[in-house]
Amino acid sequence: MKLKKGIPVIDQVDRLGFWGGKFGGNFVPETLKKPIDDLEIQFNKLKNDKNFIVERDKYFENWIGTPTRFIKLNNLTKYIGGAQIWSKVVSDANGGAHKIYNATVHCLLAKRSGKKVIIGDTGAGYAGKMLSMAAKKFGLKCKIFMGAKDIKRQQPNVKAMKKNGADVIPVYSGSQTLVDAVSECMRYWVANCDTTAMCVGSTVGPAIFVRICGWSTSQISRELKTQLVNEFGDIPKKLKLYNCVGGGSSSFGFWNEFMDYDKKQVEFIGVEAGGPAKSNRHAAPLTYGSKIGILHGAAQYVNQNSDGQIEETESISAGLDYPGISPLHCFLKDTKRARYTAASDEEALKAYQIVTKYENLRPSLEPSHAFSVAIKEAKKLSKDTIVIINSCGDAYKDRGILEQKLGKKYDKSN
Amino acid sequence: MINPISLAFKEAKKEKRPALITYTVAGDSSKKQSLEILKAISNYADILEVGVPHNTPVADGGQIQTSAYRAIKNGIKMNDIFKIVSNFKKSKNSKPVIFMGYYNMIFQYGENNFLKKCKKSGVNGLIVVDLPWPENKIFSKKCKKNSINFVQLLSPTTSNKRLKSITKDSHDMIYYISMLSTTGGKLKVSPKKILTNYNKIKKISPKKNCVIGFGITEKTISNFKNTDGLVVGSQICKEITRSLSNRQNPVINVSKIVSKLKKKIS
Ligand SMILES: Cc1ncc(COP(=O)(O)O)c(C=O)c1O
Repeated sequence: MKLKKGIPVIDQVDRLGFWGGKFGGNFVPETLKKPIDDLEIQFNKLKNDKNFIVERDKYFENWIGTPTRFIKLNNLTKYIGGAQIWSKVVSDANGGAHKIYNATVHCLLAKRSGKKVIIGDTGAGYAGKMLSMAAKKFGLKCKIFMGAKDIKRQQPNVKAMKKNGADVIPVYSGSQTLVDAVSECMRYWVANCDTTAMCVGSTVGPAIFVRICGWSTSQISRELKTQLVNEFGDIPKKLKLYNCVGGGSSSFGFWNEFMDYDKKQVEFIGVEAGGPAKSNRHAAPLTYGSKIGILHGAAQYVNQNSDGQIEETESISAGLDYPGISPLHCFLKDTKRARYTAASDEEALKAYQIVTKYENLRPSLEPSHAFSVAIKEAKKLSKDTIVIINSCGDAYKDRGILEQKLGKKYDKSN
Repeated sequence: MINPISLAFKEAKKEKRPALITYTVAGDSSKKQSLEILKAISNYADILEVGVPHNTPVADGGQIQTSAYRAIKNGIKMNDIFKIVSNFKKSKNSKPVIFMGYYNMIFQYGENNFLKKCKKSGVNGLIVVDLPWPENKIFSKKCKKNSINFVQLLSPTTSNKRLKSITKDSHDMIYYISMLSTTGGKLKVSPKKILTNYNKIKKISPKKNCVIGFGITEKTISNFKNTDGLVVGSQICKEITRSLSNRQNPVINVSKIVSKLKKKIS
């Protein structure tokens, strides 16, 4: 299995939509073959269409707000006493997370194909919130599928979706989390694909959704590349990019533009959710060597039992609480381009406390997982190493959990 | 030798009616009971679809999901399902069995092992919901080699060009999904329109047995008397759920329904 240089990773698929011959694909009911083909044809054309790119960039700039900040975390750097710690503050984006890029692109595509309704899944509620924002902006009706457990634990984002006029449909099956929300959303699409567009909230699902999402979030690394050159005159000689990995959309977008650099120069570190320290129901299929299986239309490493039933996961972070992982990351793991590890619930909480103590930055529980590993590793790294953590979400949505776990009132101004 | 599935269609044709195909989930509500249900309904049904329960089904509606979750919760495993089939096949009025399920279950078992086990336990055909054409080309050939009928699915969104290629690669039986829906949806398209599509398929592929499924219930079944076969699933699963919550015997109630369905198309 080999990663090719000079070709975007999203385009390194074979005829049937597989990366490395075995990750991804289209394991979908016959009914979805046509809408998926239609979307593929549309996307392949538009991604090379100058007018479309201009339109996308217009919304990215004026509505999402680009670029998001690239800042040095001076106090944290001093406290840790190793590598320089920087952050790409993607939570600056309109809505407070990277999910806005994919949502915007899907709405642009839906609009062009004449669809009136767009549906999507959500875990942490960001994908849903952003889709509801974009749908409102582009005059589309919006339905969001969300696990009942997640509805309870991510109320601020649920309120935002409703305020934007979206229908939030609770999903009560299975573990009542993201995995069930995606299943229910796909089922709804099976029944309504003639009138309705679907947005998958991460780089998961049938191959075309993986590609569209990866293409959209790559805005993050496009900005970062420019910011690095502005700051350091060139891409630093020792650069490490830390990102949490749920489905894998923020991490893929954070890394994409650096894909062709040698990993000795630009290393990618993906941090999965290890779950509660005492639990083995982790959401870290890459870290803990899960077997390849099929989930939501794609072959990937996924937590499952020997029969092939998908296993329930457990994580403090709703956005990472997913048993599978993007085929893109399976590909990056097996080609050894990226390295994957996990942080537990407790480690993520601790990292959140450290970051908020030293910096004026409030990463949500998802990026707190990445901060945890970055903080640990940075201690042992040289001063000329540049460590960057993608702070891809804002903690406001987690304030209920944080108040409960830390026994302290959440203070918005921090 | 003519395969048992084709034979079942032939027998039904002799009686000038469509073949009645039932769908029940293996292990619903227990291993023992699902076997009893199979034995009871095979007095009326011509072919039995046995659902292989999966916990992330992307094409099943509420009723079948409930049945599948119930079976999984009761601990059903792939090997138990094979055992149910082989026990059923030992009963004197057994009928052809078609597994319906999701590809991950086959993938984890290993395609070759799975087919070997199917053959051994007496499974006659396979419907793999999420392994569409052309992704299923290699696997369906393997099935054929093992004398197992790989049932291709067609839907209202299938283009004419695709339709031709898929029917060409299909075995004796094809399955037309009546409408855009998960299983268990109300029939939202007119029977006339469904039959128009059905006839289009028959015209392209007159020799293959084409069955219609999704939205077929006691209420709608008699609209489709002039077809090769009809699949009823969700209504049966729903009846199991209803019986359980009323503390009644699902075996009796389900066989009553299947007998009624049979009457409506006879
Ligand atoms: C802030 C944030 N970060 C990360 C994730 C994980 O998803 P992904 O790995 O696709 O970025 C989510 C998902 O909901 C999220 O809301």
